[in-house]
Amino acid sequence: MNEQVKPIDVADAKAVKSVGEYVPMVDGPEKVSGRAKYAADIMEADALEAAILRSPWAHAELIEVDTSEAEAMPGVRAVATGADTDETHGVLPIARTEHPLARERVRYKGEPIAAVAADDLATAKAALKKIKIKVKELPAYFTCRDAKKEDAVRLHEHKEGNLERDVFFELGDVDQSFKDADAVIEETFHASETCQAQMEMHSALVEYDPLRDRLTCWCSTQVPYYVHLMLSKVLKMDQGKIRVVKPFVAGGFGCRTEALNVEMIAALLARKAGGRVRLLVTREETFITHRGRPETDIRIKMGMKKDGTITGIEFENDQRGGAHSGYGIVTILYAGSMLYAIYDLQNVKYIGRRVLTNTPPCGAFRGHGTVNTRFAFESTLDMLAEQLGLDPIEVRRKNFLEAPTFTQNDLMVNSYGLPECIDWVEQASGWHEKRKNKPDPGPGKKKGYGFACSHYISGASKPVNWTGEPHATVNLKLDWDGAITVLTGAAEIGQGSSTLCAQITADVLGLPIERVRVISADSQITPKDNGSYSSRVTFYVGNATLNAATNLRHMLVEAAATLLEANPEDVEVLGEFYRAGSQDKGVPYQEVVMEALKDTGTITAKGIYNTIPESWGGKKYRGAAIGGTMGFSYAAQVVEVTVDETTGQVDVDNVWVAHDCGKALNRLTVEGQIEGSVWMGMGQALSEETSYYNGLMVANNLLDYRVPTIQDSPPIHTHIVESNDPHGPYGAKEAGEGSMSGFIPAVANAIHDAVGLRFKDTPITPDKVFRAMEKAARFGKKG
Amino acid sequence: MAKKLVSFTLNGRAHDGAAADNTLLLDYLREGLGLTGTKTACDGGECGACTVLVNGEPRLSCLTLVGQVAGKDVETIESQAKGGKLSPVQEGFHLKLGAQCGGCTPGYIMAAEGLLRGNQSPTVGEIRSAMGANICRCTGYVKIIDAVQHAAAVMRGEEPADYPDVPAAQG
Repeated sequence: MNEQVKPIDVADAKAVKSVGEYVPMVDGPEKVSGRAKYAADIMEADALEAAILRSPWAHAELIEVDTSEAEAMPGVRAVATGADTDETHGVLPIARTEHPLARERVRYKGEPIAAVAADDLATAKAALKKIKIKVKELPAYFTCRDAKKEDAVRLHEHKEGNLERDVFFELGDVDQSFKDADAVIEETFHASETCQAQMEMHSALVEYDPLRDRLTCWCSTQVPYYVHLMLSKVLKMDQGKIRVVKPFVAGGFGCRTEALNVEMIAALLARKAGGRVRLLVTREETFITHRGRPETDIRIKMGMKKDGTITGIEFENDQRGGAHSGYGIVTILYAGSMLYAIYDLQNVKYIGRRVLTNTPPCGAFRGHGTVNTRFAFESTLDMLAEQLGLDPIEVRRKNFLEAPTFTQNDLMVNSYGLPECIDWVEQASGWHEKRKNKPDPGPGKKKGYGFACSHYISGASKPVNWTGEPHATVNLKLDWDGAITVLTGAAEIGQGSSTLCAQITADVLGLPIERVRVISADSQITPKDNGSYSSRVTFYVGNATLNAATNLRHMLVEAAATLLEANPEDVEVLGEFYRAGSQDKGVPYQEVVMEALKDTGTITAKGIYNTIPESWGGKKYRGAAIGGTMGFSYAAQVVEVTVDETTGQVDVDNVWVAHDCGKALNRLTVEGQIEGSVWMGMGQALSEETSYYNGLMVANNLLDYRVPTIQDSPPIHTHIVESNDPHGPYGAKEAGEGSMSGFIPAVANAIHDAVGLRFKDTPITPDKVFRAMEKAARFGKKG
Repeated sequence: MAKKLVSFTLNGRAHDGAAADNTLLLDYLREGLGLTGTKTACDGGECGACTVLVNGEPRLSCLTLVGQVAGKDVETIESQAKGGKLSPVQEGFHLKLGAQCGGCTPGYIMAAEGLLRGNQSPTVGEIRSAMGANICRCTGYVKIIDAVQHAAAVMRGEEPADYPDVPAAQG
């Protein structure tokens, strides 16, 4: 028997605290020992290997797909094409335009047309070459401008002008606000398309049982429930006959927040072959079907008073959405609604266009919808501050919100730790001193310091699939062995959600975390969950876990009261012991468990969480619910750079970041999320971008798509601010996205501070910096 | 392609097998032997996730043919925990959150093991240099450096740095 788990005497017993500490991940040992099984690691000897035939055309009508020769090849067990299902998939019920395998038309280079399952991969690939396709090519559009032209062919018949969605709203009086301003700036910005480039390439193993007409799918997803839903739709199968299992998943960053055609194609093949099919896509395939952050063109106009007050803002942007909707409508709405909820804005005009183009569909990349908006916004704030001779930090302070409040677009803000975040980075970085007396980085080099703020939602209050069910449900199973199993559909993808569920459960019961195990996720065992996206898990699943653990605690207290012949309200929970009064000898946890199980047997304690209607966003314009959340995280950061004037190289020397996550349930993983966010912001700011040749994504590997290496990456000094949100579990809000978008304007502001040049186009690569410096030297022009 | 017999030491045990001339060590380990701890995260030589040790030196198993390790000593992530204990490097990655999603982790652990066997007091610069060919998409590398430093301290027989004290509750 484990001494640690079983104190000998009640005098030694005390409730163990798990929340608020540094807690290594509960599934860490599997990851560091190689025992963790990801989808591609699940080997079944009889599984067929599959491969996908992808469109080499950017836009074409499919006249004929002839698979007869491929089907006749020895070793080929199933061939699937668009003829196998006429159902579409997608995120929003109003925008499901995508077929798992193209029908009638292909709309981007890389779109799946056919797939083969064969005895081995070589045979499957050889069979793809035998598929004959006749097409009629159509004009293809790779930029928003071309796709929007009046005579452009529509990618989707019902989308006039190739506009997936145009958004317009004006709240307040923007024209008047510019008249009231002492300075007005109008600028354009451009952000290149970026990709999640998560470590694990998509993969799926699907087993079809023809005897029972049942299907099981193990896949690399952030949203097992959406996969389940879409498998049922495209296979036209009863959802009760489908089981979706999420094994270990290595990252996502939004790349797999919707069901992907990978799972659906593997399922179509498995059903056709009547057995198991394993589909692993390559890094190249992951890139050319990326679902990343759209290329965005921005025009921003902002007015400011002499004292730094923002009078009003006009913001217009075009997002190149790619060939299908994906999350597009949501992205273009976030880009507008999230202008709010960080500063007090009373006059805002927003114009957003989500454009359909013949490039891979974009999706929901970390900081969804807010990143490029924040880049333009915070850069413009600095430009206005400079023009009015104000300190950039003071300008932000002048525009604070006062929580609790509702923003002009009806977003609920209950906790607001931005002031504390700013105070910390200002002080820790030595902002004022360093900006005045910059250290000398050596000949031909210049130092600069930049600052910016950012924020993010803690989950969308109203899920995409609104069904009337609670927003989150968690079950706890307690049996005779005393072990507690958390059953959750929340997708652990490396962010630490399983650890968080274990911590909260252990903390409420005062038990060591070793008593708790987590299963995530298996639709046959775990309750439905909407999945890991929009930073919803800490707040919503955390609250559901808290609710479940509290319910279990009540049951155990009742049982202990019976054993102790005491009133339940007098029972003290000391983790491994329960007692009533300090003189009481107490009863051990195990005995309490057995008492609780008497007559009822195995206990299931259920917890749910519902968002409150006040958090659902407004109705002032179409789509105003997007942005509604139970709580916003806030972040501020100072970035220190050295710019090499001979090469244009920008080195990031230090980052000071403070993030208001309400309450750090796990300081270790919160720090990890903040550091990862800042660093991912650095990638987009300085090196990452997709690149196309006639619509073919050519930065399709980890060398050409330039993710920063450890050599390029700075020390990050992280500080956690705890504003204690009134609705968050223990006061917690999100930690995994809010710090990302601030880095980009902060580094642009730092480069400006170093060399006096303003960069409005990401990534800010050495060649762009070099050219701008050369131009400035030649013409004396500073941006 | 016809297979040839090949013998090498794998995770401390003599291994005899057969592989075609063009079989990659990565595929041999994963698909052939089911040693799936070694990860694939790119199409070849881009990310470092498949790093193993060959005669104690970090090697990308996706760029190594099985024939090239004949007679050599190959170590994978599966061999690192011994006697019911994680290796110091594994422990460092676990305790210091050098591993988030875990997709790059086996490669990092093997690269760090290769570094620390030769140098138990690496500078941050030396750690960065030894990890330069590995990509991590979660950590921003901050806690990977912490993890390697933790392991180095344990290997030197020192008490590794503990977590910072949790500040008293605010507000």
